[in-house]
Amino acid sequence: MTRNGSSFLDLNYLDILASGDTVIHRIDPRAKVLATALFIIFVVSSGKYEVSSLLPFFFFPVILISLGRLPTRYILLKILFLSPFILFVGIFNPLLDTAPMLHYGTFSLSGGWVSFFSMIIRFILTVGSAFILIATTGFSQICAALEKMGMPKTFAIQLLFLYRYIFVLGNEVLRVSRARELRSFGNRGKELGVFGSIAGTLLLRTWDRAQRIHMAMLCRGFRGEFHFRRPCRIGKAEVVFLACWTSFFALCRMVDIPALMGRFISGVIR
Amino acid sequence: MSHHIVEVKGLQHTYADGTHALRGVSFRITHGESVAIVGANGAGKSTLILHLNGYLSPSAGTVRIGDIPLTKQTLPEIRRTVGMVFQDPDDQLFMPTVYEDAAFGPNNLGLPPEEVDNRVTQALLTVGVEHLKHKPPYRLSGGEKRRVAIASVLSMSPDILVMDEPTTGLDPLARRRLITLMKEFRHTKIFTSHDLDMVLDLCERTIVLHEGTVRADGPTLDIFSNEALLAECSLEKPLSMQGCPICGKSRS
Repeated sequence: MTRNGSSFLDLNYLDILASGDTVIHRIDPRAKVLATALFIIFVVSSGKYEVSSLLPFFFFPVILISLGRLPTRYILLKILFLSPFILFVGIFNPLLDTAPMLHYGTFSLSGGWVSFFSMIIRFILTVGSAFILIATTGFSQICAALEKMGMPKTFAIQLLFLYRYIFVLGNEVLRVSRARELRSFGNRGKELGVFGSIAGTLLLRTWDRAQRIHMAMLCRGFRGEFHFRRPCRIGKAEVVFLACWTSFFALCRMVDIPALMGRFISGVIR
Repeated sequence: MSHHIVEVKGLQHTYADGTHALRGVSFRITHGESVAIVGANGAGKSTLILHLNGYLSPSAGTVRIGDIPLTKQTLPEIRRTVGMVFQDPDDQLFMPTVYEDAAFGPNNLGLPPEEVDNRVTQALLTVGVEHLKHKPPYRLSGGEKRRVAIASVLSMSPDILVMDEPTTGLDPLARRRLITLMKEFRHTKIFTSHDLDMVLDLCERTIVLHEGTVRADGPTLDIFSNEALLAECSLEKPLSMQGCPICGKSRS
């Protein structure tokens, strides 16, 4: 089916995961969206050279993965899949910022390396939490939650349509590029112009499809209103979920827990 | 009920680029009829059916659905009456789940939630896809998509069903099931198709379009027996009416 076209992100499987039924899955999407957003804000806004104080933040994804019964390996692979991006962004840090920062005997680590590691940790945390959010909530539910929290309806619909048709477009891209490949021998048919006209064709097809979809919507009485009827409510569980995580994030931010534990343990040993 | 009548008179349509797609098409389809519109590629079939629920407006001529002429004011009523199933189900199934897709039409009609739920459940049961209701449409097979697309139209309780190439891209079994399903519908049915064997199975009447005009309109069997007519309109006898490839005997 759409397997090939969607394998670049394998969103299919995320959807299957989202249809699970665990404590985490049952929490109102709004609470999960808010908690994840707060989590990302806290993680991203911590200092450039923070490494150890970021580690307690791993509790959030770890607990969500285990309570939501998500396959850890799959989530890790997804993060790994996107990691080249962050490696390219961060790889210049060690070259630009060479001032030594940490000393272990004769070995010293430059500020650039520390900020690079900090960046990777933040990347793993934020991207991981986003995947976990989708895998425990489902994309359409997230859109509905955002819309309920005041995001303009048009954006919510745009997002839904993007998610719905990315598979169709992905398949179309696959078919067109296969057709090109089969008729280009060796290195021919790889000129920039060829890709230009492929992109043009895809744009026109998308345009046509958009028109047909709009037609289908009009045929079923569409008058600019979308109706999402999803049962959702903020109850005790949601309040507790959100309150606990917010205070945990705030605590992680205010207190460097690993450093504190380190001091405590070394105090006990002494 | 006179609601089920489709009357087209002197319909002409010229596209913005100057193509005369329809050059004066007239016919009348009455209650409960099952009619096929056949013709070569570019004969005007798609243009014609897009007029039946007012997506395109005629350059000249009129369309009447039941007692109501098709005008801007009557458009909502007409669109409820005429259910349109598109050729590519992907164009029609845009909501996140099968259930929500089938509920899209009834919700737009402003029906109360219980009624929407009733209708959706009934429509999904009718086409036999009740078990798929929480699935996202892109995870369905071609045959399932087609059924869901039909359900999403049935949920609006249309009086007239218009289907554009319903059997394209289906495997033989899915095609057969679809034909059996459509035989059960009591609606007025209008199909466009190149699958002439399906037409033979489903439609007692056939309208042949040729270069934007009605070339022939009559009982399906008569039309498919007229080889000169078929050849002129780039058509061919349905396989089931052609001679047996082994014994050479013709069935018709």
